Amino acid sequence: MEKAGALKVVASGEREIMMTREFDAPREMVFDALTRPELIMRWLGPRDWPLVSCEVGLRVGGEYRFVARGPNGEEMGWGGVYREIVQPERIVTTEVFDDVWYAGEALVTAELTERGGRTTLVTTILYESREARDSVLKSPMESGVAEGYERLDELLASARSG
Amino acid sequence: MQADTLSTTFAALADPTRRALLARLALGETSVKELAKPFDMSLPAISKHLKVLEKAGLIARGRKAQWRPCRIEAQPLAEANEWLERYRQFWEERFQRLDAVLEEMKAEQGHSMKHRGEEWKKREP
Repeated sequence: MEKAGALKVVASGEREIMMTREFDAPREMVFDALTRPELIMRWLGPRDWPLVSCEVGLRVGGEYRFVARGPNGEEMGWGGVYREIVQPERIVTTEVFDDVWYAGEALVTAELTERGGRTTLVTTILYESREARDSVLKSPMESGVAEGYERLDELLASARSG
Repeated sequence: MQADTLSTTFAALADPTRRALLARLALGETSVKELAKPFDMSLPAISKHLKVLEKAGLIARGRKAQWRPCRIEAQPLAEANEWLERYRQFWEERFQRLDAVLEEMKAEQGHSMKHRGEEWKKREP
């Protein structure tokens, strides 16, 4: 069977990141996997950071909240509000992380198109500033948070030995 | 400092004409006049684009009075590409897990439809 199209990422304009990915499944199914908590939990957490909590209020104005737990028990939470929902073709949400990772709020637009039983997902993430966008690209969540905790470990170790 | 480089690099790349100029320079050093040829644009306009690329450190321009050759500088582009690639890998790992979830969903759907089919068969007189 043909492998689903590999992920393409571009830094678009000044403030956007645009991701394009194909899936070997109909649109309704991909839409479900993006919006139903029991399905989201099975894939969205970063590597080594599984989602331990996933709440979705799937309606315009509804909120979502995800919490991921890392290898040392540390937690990372993020969430936002649904701005638009057009099943099965479009989801627009805001996104903010508990521990500020990038300045301001991001606007995430997911668009799904289907051809021959395969779905193309185009995700556009619009940041409030060029600096915010670039800071995201420079430190992907995983390494950013991990590095933060490593630095804290070092600090605590030096404090203990000092 | 690094944040500025990345921002300026992406800003410089945000224009299709500038990307085309870079693509041409990737093939080899040349003059502004040569670079401008394929474009429906004045030399000053092209020069303006080249200035943006030069400021972003993406090209270097020679200093010979009459002929100022332009050549591509790989380092800033390589840096920008590196960041994009890391980000891409971060998300690709998750999307591969989504692939697996979708396969399970399809299998479940196939199973339940097969089940339904068998149920119907049982009901036939």
